Amino acid sequence: MSAASLPQADARVSPEDFKQRSHESLHDAHLRQSFRGAMDFLVERRALQFPDLQAFNTLRKLGENVRQHALAQLPDLLERLEARLTELGVAVHWAETPADANRIFLDIARRHAATLMVKGKSMVSEEIGLNHEMAAHGVECIETDMGEYILQLDGDRPSHIIMPAIHKTKEDVAAIFHEHIDGAPLSDDVNELIAIGRRALREKFASAKIGVSGVNFMVAETGTLALVENEGNGRLCTSVPDVHVAITGLEKVVDRLEHVLPLYALLPKSATGQAVTTYLNLITGPRRAGEKDGPREMHLILLDNGRTQAYREARFRATLQCIRCGACMNHCPVYTRVGGLSYGTTYPGPIGAIISPHLMGLQSTRDLPTASSLCGACGDVCPVGIPIPDMLMKLREAGRHSVAESITPPAQALVGQGSVRRAGEVLAWRAWRVLYSHAALYRLFAWLAPRLRWLTPAWQGGWTASRAALKPAPRSLREQLARRRAGRTVPGR
Amino acid sequence: MSASPHAAGSTETRQVYLFATCVIDLFAPQAGVDVVEVLERLGVTVHFPAAQTCCGQPAYTTGFPEEARKVAAAQLDLFPEPWPVIVPSGSCGGMLKQHWPRLFADDPARRVQAESIAARTVEFTDYLVNTLGFRLDAPAASGAPLRVALHTSCSARREMGTLGCGRALLERLPGVERVEHGHEAECCGFGGTFSVKHPEISAAMAADKLDALTASGCESFVSADCGCLLNLNLSLEKRGAALRGQHIASLVRARMDGAAS
Repeated sequence: MSAASLPQADARVSPEDFKQRSHESLHDAHLRQSFRGAMDFLVERRALQFPDLQAFNTLRKLGENVRQHALAQLPDLLERLEARLTELGVAVHWAETPADANRIFLDIARRHAATLMVKGKSMVSEEIGLNHEMAAHGVECIETDMGEYILQLDGDRPSHIIMPAIHKTKEDVAAIFHEHIDGAPLSDDVNELIAIGRRALREKFASAKIGVSGVNFMVAETGTLALVENEGNGRLCTSVPDVHVAITGLEKVVDRLEHVLPLYALLPKSATGQAVTTYLNLITGPRRAGEKDGPREMHLILLDNGRTQAYREARFRATLQCIRCGACMNHCPVYTRVGGLSYGTTYPGPIGAIISPHLMGLQSTRDLPTASSLCGACGDVCPVGIPIPDMLMKLREAGRHSVAESITPPAQALVGQGSVRRAGEVLAWRAWRVLYSHAALYRLFAWLAPRLRWLTPAWQGGWTASRAALKPAPRSLREQLARRRAGRTVPGR
Repeated sequence: MSASPHAAGSTETRQVYLFATCVIDLFAPQAGVDVVEVLERLGVTVHFPAAQTCCGQPAYTTGFPEEARKVAAAQLDLFPEPWPVIVPSGSCGGMLKQHWPRLFADDPARRVQAESIAARTVEFTDYLVNTLGFRLDAPAASGAPLRVALHTSCSARREMGTLGCGRALLERLPGVERVEHGHEAECCGFGGTFSVKHPEISAAMAADKLDALTASGCESFVSADCGCLLNLNLSLEKRGAALRGQHIASLVRARMDGAAS
């Protein structure tokens, strides 16, 4: 299979189409049912790992502290990390934008005359559209995580950050393998499907010059890159090919090696309900003299892509505490119903709704922060204590107020600050404020509204699409209480 | 009256403020009347400051904190005595208790008032169960057997921590059996302006909640939040279904009256 023959994921997908895509997903009974089933399963598995709420809260506080400690000294830690990695012989590259990151990848590929890369699961590589960009320059970048591989063969996109192909059934996978892998029989036996996938991937591992991986945690103290995985493909990608290129967001750094421990204790339990993963790779530099395996050359690409905006604003900094476990999406009633693809972003669900505005601006992501009932399930299960509902409210505010109009102005305007402000909405809230902050005016309103309830429109926009119209009661509570008191002959009871 | 009104030994008159919420005032006043009725029958003097309007939450959660602050500020002078502020809603209660102090973080004078109110804010079922030690005795007088489901709002569960209070309150009503429903901890899909900004997603959430309530075999359901109840009852009305929910105070009052519900 050549790079050109691989179908490419639709690069035009955008969060601007959230409403349309979620509309379609809501009417897809099969998708609704499979997402609900999968999320219920994950919720249950996680709950079994955290039977004691108090113990969970203690561990989570530790995880939160570790991440906050790192973010509080982020520039310093990144400098120390770079120095340590350089000593170890790892080339460190800084990429401000996805285009910068892709250029660095292409340079490395060209230097090694590589036409094939094998890649372990990496959402940051998804964020920069690596497969697509490499294919456009004649370099085939093959996904080796089974879920991602299935999607790549099918030209589809991940719908979950941990279980990317959760929207595919085994029958879907059978058809995809049969169509795209030479000699693959049509089988919906899961073990046989896995075997088919593994055989196809083994050949790629053996012939690729470059292995690509993501990173879960980077340790400033030791220059160690921690990679958490179950399939062993991550270990192969980072040890078999001559060159290993790791890419991650610049927020993933922690201060000391021991800081990885609480985060690792939280990550698999929160993500898949596993106490531990099959593999925890701690990679500290390329092959050393006298060693028999490991890459001869190693690179780390640190992507910004809007993360410094979240870092700069104190009220949004907690966004960067995320360790990408996906528990917030598993527990989100909105995500469970619309599925990950509806979001049109690399990171879907609640965490996607609070990080995507920094990566892509507030305008194109305008429907994501509002697509939440603020039920708080995400904040409850976040293993590093990110107050996701609070962040959603602050992003709603930032979209609707320029810096000058903000009640607590940001140090610098966010990208797309105030771009969601609509005169009608502003006017409605102003009128609401006048009415509800003047007792006499409100009293008049509360007297009038019940008497004019017959004027209540039967059509009330989105509300009446699935509900009867909201009508004032025949008499307000204040009126009923006043009559009740006046009507009493004997005070008291 | 077969209720034990006070914690053992207490004889002084209890005085409380009622912050009834704007939703109850205009759209569900019976819930407010029943709250007052129940409290008064238990010997509590209820003060309803007539100038109260709204806690400000609708604007606050939609991204208009300045508008929310002006409305909340208009409530701050209404609760000067050191009495508890009873809120028959976990959602509005959560706004007073958790968010008002933050809303006035940079306004020292108002912040003191907001913090004082926050510290005195008690959700209705919490007050009945934990302060009054309410329990209805004499099963024969309290009405026919009734199977009810309990919908606990997300704010009641997370911001007010009153999930256990709702359950305890139902346990203390003889003849009332609480039945569980599927995905009980999940949101009903109301979410304030979420229900009109993303009506289809909101409707899907409400529909699943109604299916679960219907499947539970309950004869009716109760909640301590009228926002959820309006969402669910008006959805049921649109469906043409017979099932309805009511505020938990209305059920308590009915059982006190000895009526079936």
